[in-house]
Amino acid sequence: MFTARNKGRLALGAVVVGAALALSGCATGDPLDSGSTDTPSDTIVVGSQAYYSNEIIAEIYAQALENAGFDVERQFQIGQRDAYLPSLESGEVDLFPEYTGNLLQYYSPDTTATTSEDVYAELQDALPEGLVVLDQSSATDQDSYNVTAAFAEENGLSSLADLAGVSVPLTLGGPPELEERPYGPAGLLEKYGVTVAFTATGDTTVEDLLAGTVNIANVYSADPRIQTEGLVTLADPEGLFLASNVVPLVNADVADEIADVINAVSAKLTPEGLVALNVQSTVDQLSSAEIATQWLTDNGLI
Amino acid sequence: MLFWDAILWIFSPDRLTGSSPLPLLIGQHLAYTLVSVAIAAVIAIPVGYLIGHTGRGREIAVGISGAARALPSFGLMLLLVLLIGVTQKPLAATIAFVILAIPSILAGAYAGLEQIDRRVIDAARAVGMTEWQILWKVEVPLGLPLLIGGLRSAALQVVATVTIAGYIGLGALGLPIIAGLELRDFTRMLGAALLIVVLALAIDGVFAVIQHLVVPRGVTAGRVADLRPTSSRRRAVMGTPIEEGRG
Amino acid sequence: MTWVLNNLGLLWELSVQHVVLAIPPILVGFVIAVPLGYLAYRFRLTRGLILTITGLLYTIPSLALLVVLPVFLGISLLSPLNLSVALTIYAVAIMARSVSDALGSVDPAIRQSATAVGFGSARRFWTVDFPLAGPVILAGVRVAAVSTISLVTVGILIGVQSLGYLFTNGFERRIIPEILAGVVLVVVIALVIDYLLALLGRVLMPWSRMGVSA
Repeated sequence: MFTARNKGRLALGAVVVGAALALSGCATGDPLDSGSTDTPSDTIVVGSQAYYSNEIIAEIYAQALENAGFDVERQFQIGQRDAYLPSLESGEVDLFPEYTGNLLQYYSPDTTATTSEDVYAELQDALPEGLVVLDQSSATDQDSYNVTAAFAEENGLSSLADLAGVSVPLTLGGPPELEERPYGPAGLLEKYGVTVAFTATGDTTVEDLLAGTVNIANVYSADPRIQTEGLVTLADPEGLFLASNVVPLVNADVADEIADVINAVSAKLTPEGLVALNVQSTVDQLSSAEIATQWLTDNGLI
Repeated sequence: MLFWDAILWIFSPDRLTGSSPLPLLIGQHLAYTLVSVAIAAVIAIPVGYLIGHTGRGREIAVGISGAARALPSFGLMLLLVLLIGVTQKPLAATIAFVILAIPSILAGAYAGLEQIDRRVIDAARAVGMTEWQILWKVEVPLGLPLLIGGLRSAALQVVATVTIAGYIGLGALGLPIIAGLELRDFTRMLGAALLIVVLALAIDGVFAVIQHLVVPRGVTAGRVADLRPTSSRRRAVMGTPIEEGRG
Repeated sequence: MTWVLNNLGLLWELSVQHVVLAIPPILVGFVIAVPLGYLAYRFRLTRGLILTITGLLYTIPSLALLVVLPVFLGISLLSPLNLSVALTIYAVAIMARSVSDALGSVDPAIRQSATAVGFGSARRFWTVDFPLAGPVILAGVRVAAVSTISLVTVGILIGVQSLGYLFTNGFERRIIPEILAGVVLVVVIALVIDYLLALLGRVLMPWSRMGVSA
């Protein structure tokens, strides 16, 4: 039993509440609005990619800055470059750990630089107005081709050039886009005269290499599994890959302010050190905050 | 313009070369869909019929289906890949899709039996049919339209979800989308997306035809009900059980 | 399990982000679905049109929709707004149909009685049809809510943070408990919201128990 009047009020109330919530929902659902609010200049916004290793470096930057008295806001895991580079250019994000080679390739896809110095120099010219890079670190995290120790021994492999003499069919595994990258199968053929088939192994390339689905694997050079699984990284004398050193990408407005603190971090970040950081994440399963504090303390930076 | 580029991408002769030619990707996409739905049907239909025929276990089935519906397939697939082993990726992905497909088919199977007028069953029993005969000669044919509806929703959900297999390197039409994200190649992403929609529409069309064909002759309730503007009966016979989560 | 205990803060933060992403599409979807469902129920012409279009939208894979939408909206593929709109579309697709079905399930005799005692069509809709259809509409809202909460995770592939982060990050780091925690949390959030909606239905519509079986 109910009266029509009460029902009416109830239903109307529900609609009004629903509409109000919906409108507020629209507002919160629009991150472009909420995100573009101006950040006070005394707060440094540190961003990171959706890549665990990158997040650790960002956290190191963040804690180093906090220790130096800066207010820090973290905007970690911002996905692809298409998503975060505009935020850096607009000043929403001030500081981002980047990789020289991959970043250069983003801004000038046809670049021919391969050595660490050339890439760094060319990158400084290629960056858009308002963005600068601070000192690059010696740590690298770049594409590399790897084989299992057994396969390397059987075929006497130590360099990509040696692949030309291998008699068994070669299959390269890596992320699906590798097939079309300049350093993919086409690059191998051009620079080393090696013909390989390609299999998209996505995020499980190392496992596929170990299982024998592929016999050459594209692995990031700072991936701890190169050591733990005893993989052999093939040398690249012809410069197929761009060197890709860890480099802080900074909004020009705050570059001078934070340069000392961040350059001190970059000076201490070594290739072996970066692998060790990654091990702490994947093997010891520590959070990036714990790893960063430990590293900064060990290196006398905080 | 963008759509035109995407269509050109689909029909470019380049799509037939490389390690993953487009026909292969389409074949993989269909194969994952069909195999997963078939396995799910083999599991879900007998269970659904048991529930529908005996009227027991419905609450449990609804509860499990509800929880299964909330399972994020993407996470489930990655979890299964790590649990079963990375070298068994196709198996792990298939299990994830089977789990995705089961609730709709299960609901279609038991709801199909449940919506039958009890008097029809009583009449069958009265003329001396055994329980098996009642199931096979009365309940299964009368429940078929709703079962097909369940298979239809399951197939549509799976064909959409197989896209995520691209993330773990299993090919199918998710591959150009994942690669496109990295290469900033919007055209190929759109092209693959359009193909998936076409596949979904084709599957939907096939099931619509089957659903139409399997309405037993003499069962006209579904169409007669159209005389009423709202036809809740029509839903009972022809509806896709998107809404079977109610209850 | 130690991973979970060591990362409770992260899990909480991501859960909150997840819920914040999921709720607007459900609410906005509801507000759009009610008039659409009404049109689908009321007029034969719009019925076919609306149910066909929403049915088609529902068949578009989420990853594909996230790719196609920016073309129409003129926004970045990677904008979180993209995800919100996509989720709203799915919610509308589910709920418009259930609103239409729900209105259709109202006993015509009751509707005629309302007209007989002099209710105009607007008043009759809000005071008779809509409340009586409420329980079935709510069932549709619950399905849409559960499906939206689960779908939010796909946003991580275009860089939108949610519990989906635990899937990709856990997969990268090969930490099984991390992925498992993500899956469990998504299911728990979905079931909690589903339960709250059912509870809300019982409070707002004490006549539910009669209505559903009718």
